[in-house]
Amino acid sequence: MNLGVPELSLVVLIGVTGSGKSTFARAHFKPTEVISSDFCRGMVADDENDQSATPAAFELLSFIAGQRLKAGRLTVIDATNVQPEARRDLVLLAREHDVLPTAIVLDLPEDLCAERNKSRPDRDFGPHVLRRQRGQLRRGLRGLGREGFRTVHVLHSQEEVDAAAITRTRLYTDKRDETGPFDIIGDVHGCRAELEELLTTLGYELGRDAAGRPVNARHPGSRRAIFVGDLVDRGPDTPGVLRLVMGMVAAGTAFCVAGNHEVKLLKALRGKNVKRSHGLDASMEQLEAETPEFRAAAERFIDGLISHYVFDGGNLVVAHAGLIEPYHGRASGRVREFCLYGQTTGETDEYGLPVRYPWATEYRGRAVVAYGHTPVPAAEWLNNTLCVDTGCVFGGRLTALNYPERGTVSVPAARVYHPPARPFPAESAPAAGVARREPDVLDIADVSGSRVIETAYLPRVGVRDAHAAAALEVMSRFAIDPRWLLYLPPTMSPVATSSRDDLLEHPEQAFSAYATAGVASVLCEEKHMGSRAVLLICRSQDDARARFGVSSGGGAAWTRTGRPFFPGPAGPHLAEQARAAAGKAGLFDELGTSWLLLDAEILPWNVKAGSLLRDQYAAVGAAALAALPAAAAALTQASSRDLPGLGDLLDRTRARLANAEAFTAAYARYCWATDDLAGVCVAPFQLLATEGAVYHDRPHRWHLALADRLAAAAPELFTATRRVEADTGDPASVAAATRWWEELTAAGGEGMVVKPAANLTRGPQGLAQPGLKVRGREYLRIIYGPDYTEPANLTRLRQRGLSHKRSLALREYALGLEALDRVAGGEPLWRVHECVFAVLALESEPVDPRL
Amino acid sequence: MLLTITTTRAPATDLGYLLHKHPDRVQSFALSAGTAHVFYPEAEPDRCTAALLLEVDPVALVRDRKGGGELAQYVNDRPYAASSLLAVAIKEAFRTALTGRCDARPELAAASIPLTLHVPALRCRGGRTLADRLFAPLGWQVDARAEPFTPAEWGDSPYLDLRLTGEVRLADALNHLYVLLPVLDDTKHYWVAADEVDKLIRAGGGWLAGHPDKELITRRYLAHQKRLAQSALARLAEADETEPDELDNAVPAEDEAAEAETSKPLAVQRRAAIVAVLHERGARRVGDLGCGSGALTRELLADQRFEHVTATDVSARALQLAARHLRLDQMPAPRRERLTIFQSSLTYRDSRLAGLDAAVLMEVIEHLDPDRIPALERVVFGAAAPATVVVTTPNAEYNAHFATLAAGATRHPDHRFEWTRAEFRAWAEQAGQRYGYQARFLPVGPEDPADGPPTQLAVFEKEAA
Repeated sequence: MNLGVPELSLVVLIGVTGSGKSTFARAHFKPTEVISSDFCRGMVADDENDQSATPAAFELLSFIAGQRLKAGRLTVIDATNVQPEARRDLVLLAREHDVLPTAIVLDLPEDLCAERNKSRPDRDFGPHVLRRQRGQLRRGLRGLGREGFRTVHVLHSQEEVDAAAITRTRLYTDKRDETGPFDIIGDVHGCRAELEELLTTLGYELGRDAAGRPVNARHPGSRRAIFVGDLVDRGPDTPGVLRLVMGMVAAGTAFCVAGNHEVKLLKALRGKNVKRSHGLDASMEQLEAETPEFRAAAERFIDGLISHYVFDGGNLVVAHAGLIEPYHGRASGRVREFCLYGQTTGETDEYGLPVRYPWATEYRGRAVVAYGHTPVPAAEWLNNTLCVDTGCVFGGRLTALNYPERGTVSVPAARVYHPPARPFPAESAPAAGVARREPDVLDIADVSGSRVIETAYLPRVGVRDAHAAAALEVMSRFAIDPRWLLYLPPTMSPVATSSRDDLLEHPEQAFSAYATAGVASVLCEEKHMGSRAVLLICRSQDDARARFGVSSGGGAAWTRTGRPFFPGPAGPHLAEQARAAAGKAGLFDELGTSWLLLDAEILPWNVKAGSLLRDQYAAVGAAALAALPAAAAALTQASSRDLPGLGDLLDRTRARLANAEAFTAAYARYCWATDDLAGVCVAPFQLLATEGAVYHDRPHRWHLALADRLAAAAPELFTATRRVEADTGDPASVAAATRWWEELTAAGGEGMVVKPAANLTRGPQGLAQPGLKVRGREYLRIIYGPDYTEPANLTRLRQRGLSHKRSLALREYALGLEALDRVAGGEPLWRVHECVFAVLALESEPVDPRL
Repeated sequence: MLLTITTTRAPATDLGYLLHKHPDRVQSFALSAGTAHVFYPEAEPDRCTAALLLEVDPVALVRDRKGGGELAQYVNDRPYAASSLLAVAIKEAFRTALTGRCDARPELAAASIPLTLHVPALRCRGGRTLADRLFAPLGWQVDARAEPFTPAEWGDSPYLDLRLTGEVRLADALNHLYVLLPVLDDTKHYWVAADEVDKLIRAGGGWLAGHPDKELITRRYLAHQKRLAQSALARLAEADETEPDELDNAVPAEDEAAEAETSKPLAVQRRAAIVAVLHERGARRVGDLGCGSGALTRELLADQRFEHVTATDVSARALQLAARHLRLDQMPAPRRERLTIFQSSLTYRDSRLAGLDAAVLMEVIEHLDPDRIPALERVVFGAAAPATVVVTTPNAEYNAHFATLAAGATRHPDHRFEWTRAEFRAWAEQAGQRYGYQARFLPVGPEDPADGPPTQLAVFEKEAA
């Protein structure tokens, strides 16, 4: 005997004690699928038969079952379930998770059950218990369907039990093995002519009957159509649309889900008394003219439509009014309601229409959701959802979404067939600079708590909740609008510590590290001593508004933690000058974009870090230069008295004085006066992204050449970056690059960054470090303190641990690249922000700040 | 760092007896932060100078500290500036002298003698004025000169070259330095051991009680144990080359707010006005969004008419302080159950804010950059959408009435804007229109006929569907 059980259901076993439920469950289900009340009683009370623990045991049972159902796993409840109250709770649980409740009843003879109980010493309850249970079971048997069980199987004898086999049946909504490609067509509403035109435009070939009416359509490739429902009502030829779609569905060239208009039409066709409003009268009139056979076929077709489909391994969901993620592939009354009518807030707008709950703004699922129901002026993506109802019957357009391409194709309506209840904006190019939809709303659940982010570069990057909390504070209080904030730069690791006597860092460790990682060709870039900045340059304010939806400003520049780089008027000035330079250099046209995202360093150091410089670095210098000369003088005076043992102290003090002077010179070198943008230099070193494109596969030489062009176009603002190429396997080349570094740092330069010349590099050991910084001896005084060069100090400082910094650099790098990929792929804001936020969170990990 | 002590009282070399250090010898003491040396640059009968030189080991200074990780700990003025480290060195090197005991010259130890103390690099928060205010009442003539920064256009550094001259008992002079060096230094990033109260009482015996600034001295001396910057946030400040305090400033220090000068504290009136509005609107479940240290939350909880209070803030420090002020860990269960408190942000939609009757944003919006206000509107009016929203914010027109507030300045350094009444009204009406709320306005605090009240309050009432 074959017992069908929906693949995703809550299976409730029903049977008196001793009827063999556990044995049955063991035989037909995975052990982890079965939750038994006895087991739960044991968990909470150390005794499977402690009846006083029953309430707690059932609480545990329904918690486990709930967790499983939430995750979409079939679950079997092994308890007697002979009482209607017990079953009612389970039906409610199934509904709460929108899965189908299934009952399997083991209605076995009483004496057989009693016999089995006798052999179990722990079940020595009297015969009255068994009798009572059996009475309850028999009484409830007939009402199981009414109780809400959609499938009920009853096994009456041990023979039937032995012969039973479970078949897991697929849900009607499950089309996961249909992978497309598809054309998802919006609400047709009887507009047959436009549907014919759209299908033709999409490349379908129409088949016609003897009367010349279209009855089928087939794509010469393997494309198939999916209709989002509301084929009928309002328009001029509902029967024609039905005929064509029914033919396509029957031929397997189309799928169709139900719309609310089909549901109402079905009632009318069945002679139920429904108000013939919203264009139903037109359909009924048109159908009256058809044959009874056609009307019957239409009725059968509509009756057979289901609420939604899940396609392509779960990556595409089609439902008439859209669908929230927890309902994908689920079956319940409320899922069907949502699919047909959407969710409303219970309020109505000024035209008396229901106010719709903005489920799409909150949608966070990975699956594309295509839907119709609410006419929109143009199909636009919002969080991976797209409404393809562009109001054809109201004089708009009939639109199809190409999946997986994500593009849309539409044809205009020949005329207004039906006046809309609410003024319907005609399709037109969006007014320049007007963002038509609500800006994306970020949810705290997108960023807070411990999270794991999948990136294409490192499989799982984790963020701890304490770090996310710190990032939330900074992001909320100080960062620029997240719609600008497409990227945060990763931290960079220094080279391994040098073993030379007088240095902490030297280029040879960078070259050997890359040689070991299998990277032969590297580019050494001068490291500008300023502050890191990310620049978003937009071709115009209108372009900025259209692309990013931000109504103020035509670009932005931000710091490593997402704060505005220039909070004052210099901000807009920079956006303006950068735009002019990029335009002059021809970058917008050449790259086919309206915006550029650049990674850069802005100089001088004091532009951003002025107060820190003064209060920390200059303060140290001032204190040292006040204290040390006085100390040296006192010691010199004492030495003239021939006191023993002062010579060393005097030497040390003089050395420290010299160090302090060198320290002051080191930071002062990177500071100069600026006024607004006058005196400010921007040194871009990488183009991060443009519309639809990322550039981490372009060699660094290409990026720096682009920076050179900006510097040539606007030398007063942009500055080029000096560089030399090196071959890590060629000693002469390495020596030359080392000399270059020595000259650079001897002249006061901060140092250099060595990068794989090809840019993003994956070696045999995984992702290569995107860059290693090699800082100069004098620069490091600012980092390690004036006296770090004293041999005793150097010896101790050499014991610095780099592994955490390196790992952090790689994780932040992977997150940054992932953010850019998501930007280029047109992914929802929250998906981009998730990565950017994670970079900020990782920045609050405790790591030696001197690295 | 260096301290020299000079006397001209003949025979000046008796200074050696008072300090218990022979003028012809060099003595060194190992301290946790480095090594202290005592030597005499000059030792003539008419003039004798003792020098205390502390050689700080900057690497050891850091290595001894667990946790932390601010760059400020690695590159700082501790090796150079006179601070609590020098005070420790004074105590170690001149332990007996500090007590005033001198068996060899008891009458000299008890006498006021001409002394010059020289501290070439004293970090002085409060500048020359404060140095003068603290030392002059103790009988010192104060000569202080500020060290300039490099480059010179950055102005004067906070370091003073300090020279004190006077007729003072040597033990008193040492105790003055011992207490007042850390007080003037008043650094935030380092801490001192917990038994400081006892030390202060001992060292200040005989002079501190009569000092006109004894409260300031006590407060600063003991303040070293006050909060270290929250470490995770400090690291983000670090990454962005800013001071930790610049980010971790969500909760204003009490003396920072200009409003502190009003007679019946404005904050009290503000909370009363808010509670009155909430009652009038019949709100039972209320949210205190941006609760800060929890002053309003506490009042709401004390009022049984509020069934439930949801308190949120984006600042971890604010939530810590709120937990402390509300005594969260000792709160009786029935009250604790009426409170939900968690970190939330007003620019991220938060489903936990659904179901409130009223949300209060007391002095919150002005802490957001103006271009983030629309995000706040979406979160509060669009998503949480309680029947009532109460917003208070400073009235910029009233600022002229705060004597201590410079013209054009805001009442708190983190205020991104302060609105006039017209600006506030314009915003509130537009936001109300966008999200279906009616806004009305109430004054809070003494109303000036021309400039209006110090605080403005808007009540947003959701329009019936």
